[in-house]
Amino acid sequence: MSWEDFALAFLNLEIMREASPILVQGLVQTILLSLLVVPLGLVGGTVLALLSTVRHPLVRWPLMAWVDTFRALPPLVLLVFIYAGMPFAGLELPAWGAVAIGFFLNTGAYYGEILRAGIESVPRGQMEAARSTGLTRGQAMAYVVMPQAVRNVLPDLISNTLEVVKLTSIASVVALPELLFQARQAQSVTYNASPLVAAAVVYFVLLWPVVRLLSRLENRQLAGRG
Amino acid sequence: MTAWERFADSFLNARVAAEYLPKIVDGFRLTVVLALLIVVSGLAAGLLLALVRSLGVRPLNWLIIFVVDLFRALPPLVVIVLLFFGLPAAGMQLSGFASTWLALSLVLMAFAEEIFWAGITSVPKGQWEAARSTGLTFVQTLRFVVLPQAIRLTIPPLTNRTIAITKGTALASVVAVQEILGAAHAGVSFSFNPTPLTLGALAYLVLFIPVVVFGRWVETRFAWRR
Amino acid sequence: MTSRPIVEARGVHKHFGTLHVLKGVDLVVAERELVFVIGPSGSGKSTLLRCLNRLEEPSAGSIVVDGIDLLDRRTDINKARRRIGMVFQGFNLYPHMTALGNVTLALRKVLGLPRAEAEARGRVALERVHLSDRADHYPSQLSGGQQQRVAIARAIALEPRVMLFDEPTSALDPELVGGVLAVMRELREDGMTMVVVSHEMGFARAAADRVLFMDDGLVVEEGTPEQIFGAPRHERTRAFISQIERH
Repeated sequence: MSWEDFALAFLNLEIMREASPILVQGLVQTILLSLLVVPLGLVGGTVLALLSTVRHPLVRWPLMAWVDTFRALPPLVLLVFIYAGMPFAGLELPAWGAVAIGFFLNTGAYYGEILRAGIESVPRGQMEAARSTGLTRGQAMAYVVMPQAVRNVLPDLISNTLEVVKLTSIASVVALPELLFQARQAQSVTYNASPLVAAAVVYFVLLWPVVRLLSRLENRQLAGRG
Repeated sequence: MTAWERFADSFLNARVAAEYLPKIVDGFRLTVVLALLIVVSGLAAGLLLALVRSLGVRPLNWLIIFVVDLFRALPPLVVIVLLFFGLPAAGMQLSGFASTWLALSLVLMAFAEEIFWAGITSVPKGQWEAARSTGLTFVQTLRFVVLPQAIRLTIPPLTNRTIAITKGTALASVVAVQEILGAAHAGVSFSFNPTPLTLGALAYLVLFIPVVVFGRWVETRFAWRR
Repeated sequence: MTSRPIVEARGVHKHFGTLHVLKGVDLVVAERELVFVIGPSGSGKSTLLRCLNRLEEPSAGSIVVDGIDLLDRRTDINKARRRIGMVFQGFNLYPHMTALGNVTLALRKVLGLPRAEAEARGRVALERVHLSDRADHYPSQLSGGQQQRVAIARAIALEPRVMLFDEPTSALDPELVGGVLAVMRELREDGMTMVVVSHEMGFARAAADRVLFMDDGLVVEEGTPEQIFGAPRHERTRAFISQIERH
């Protein structure tokens, strides 16, 4: 295969230009989707992390089972189960709804584990000092413990957020018209791989700065612990 | 019929379960084989890249960093789709299985390289100098002094990342591989009953809950002292 | 002394699982009094102190501080804790806040003061520990001694009726101890009621009204500093004091 043939099949600017309107639509959907599922996961994770500070076995064990179940199930399995399985239980969900629930369960569990580790990294004395000045448990958590917890696990939080944004691509499987879905549409219409390449380039350009930042943070973190 | 019976009849239907269990078991085998292949090739390639990077050849390192960043930024599903639907345009046809294996191996390679490299650089320069001053070669120093220290440090993040990426084997269902999710989804379409999906979800739990618990154990076992 | 006691703890017991750490301790502290608690590690003195603001839940007994029954279910413990300042061995300053931020957090969130008023009061408190010029520094930018003085300011800003000190100088380098003790002495001269767990015998001799010696979960002996350090009656007290003084 000559270079020209390769360029025509993968880097066909003409086709990319033609596909660009629907790719842009897809990108907008991907961004909106991320803006939905990241906060959702963070809220779920915060609730799980706060629950994990309760030592009672009736909270502890179900919580651990919940978190491990949703960390063990591949997110796509969860999504397909909700989208294709729930209608049999009389629950017909739109793609957005299925994605929101699936991501809430899956990424909530991951954010929960990260925030739990963060809370555990804050010395007990911080809570005690705050309580000794009359702050309630909730106030001490909100003003003293959580800010430190978040800071301590910031690289992990950013890393997970990156994974969540990448993961929104599985919404294409339930026909939610995000970036990958639109690229696949364009590819199947044009019989040309260039729209897929264009989508990959968009993902890369969008996420590469985050990867660079993380790479720096992680190196520093690991080196600091040797 | 009570609500529970109706629920059980659709989601845990014994007749459907008996019919599709063998398919799910086949899918289970395929998932395990695919996951193991990815772990082996991804980790090996990642370690190899990290070792090459430690040679310190500038242009080579830039290339490695670019490849690593690329596969950290791209969603795995995008890579799979690109390989499976895109390569035929170049006159190359990879099977769904091979596409998934290659894509996830590349992704794991990228993360593993990053982690191994961070581990290697976390070993103080003095260790290199001390070993080289006793007459050990570069390779011997790496083999006996640096890697043992680096690997201990990298095991927890590497374990978690490997688990997360092998869960991506479910993505193979998108490119028509009859692994667990593929087999389960097909079963639902044929039987008009979600029981195969329930079985599939259970199969994933059977496979990955021990892995997740193992990951948790590794994390505490190799916990860094903060 | 005729005035009502500020702290009145009676028959306090504390179990940690099978461990019996406090075995019926009485502690009564009058207004403006400085009570010093000494004893070997594991004697229960820190646990007693932490029971006095219910950071530890006593297993039995009664604790009344400034007329408030701390163990009464109807007592709002957060309200009560405003009147009980505590200073910790490890400072426990909030590392993500400046010195002033540390001092004003409870003023704003517990007393509900507006920011400007809280900061004005916070600055007064920092002035009392001679750190007005460090208001905008973060804990990591302060020496251990300065950190502990900020912690004292954090407690006194709430204008407590009693201050509890849990080994306030034992995490400090020797040359930094003096500054903290000086601040504590000024507090005492201003009439603060204080309960101090510490090994600083010199400070106890100079400033304490009363010294309690605790061992194995009980108050073994109490008296004036002269009595306890000069002429201890109990064998265990004598052994402990001679051991301390050798260091």
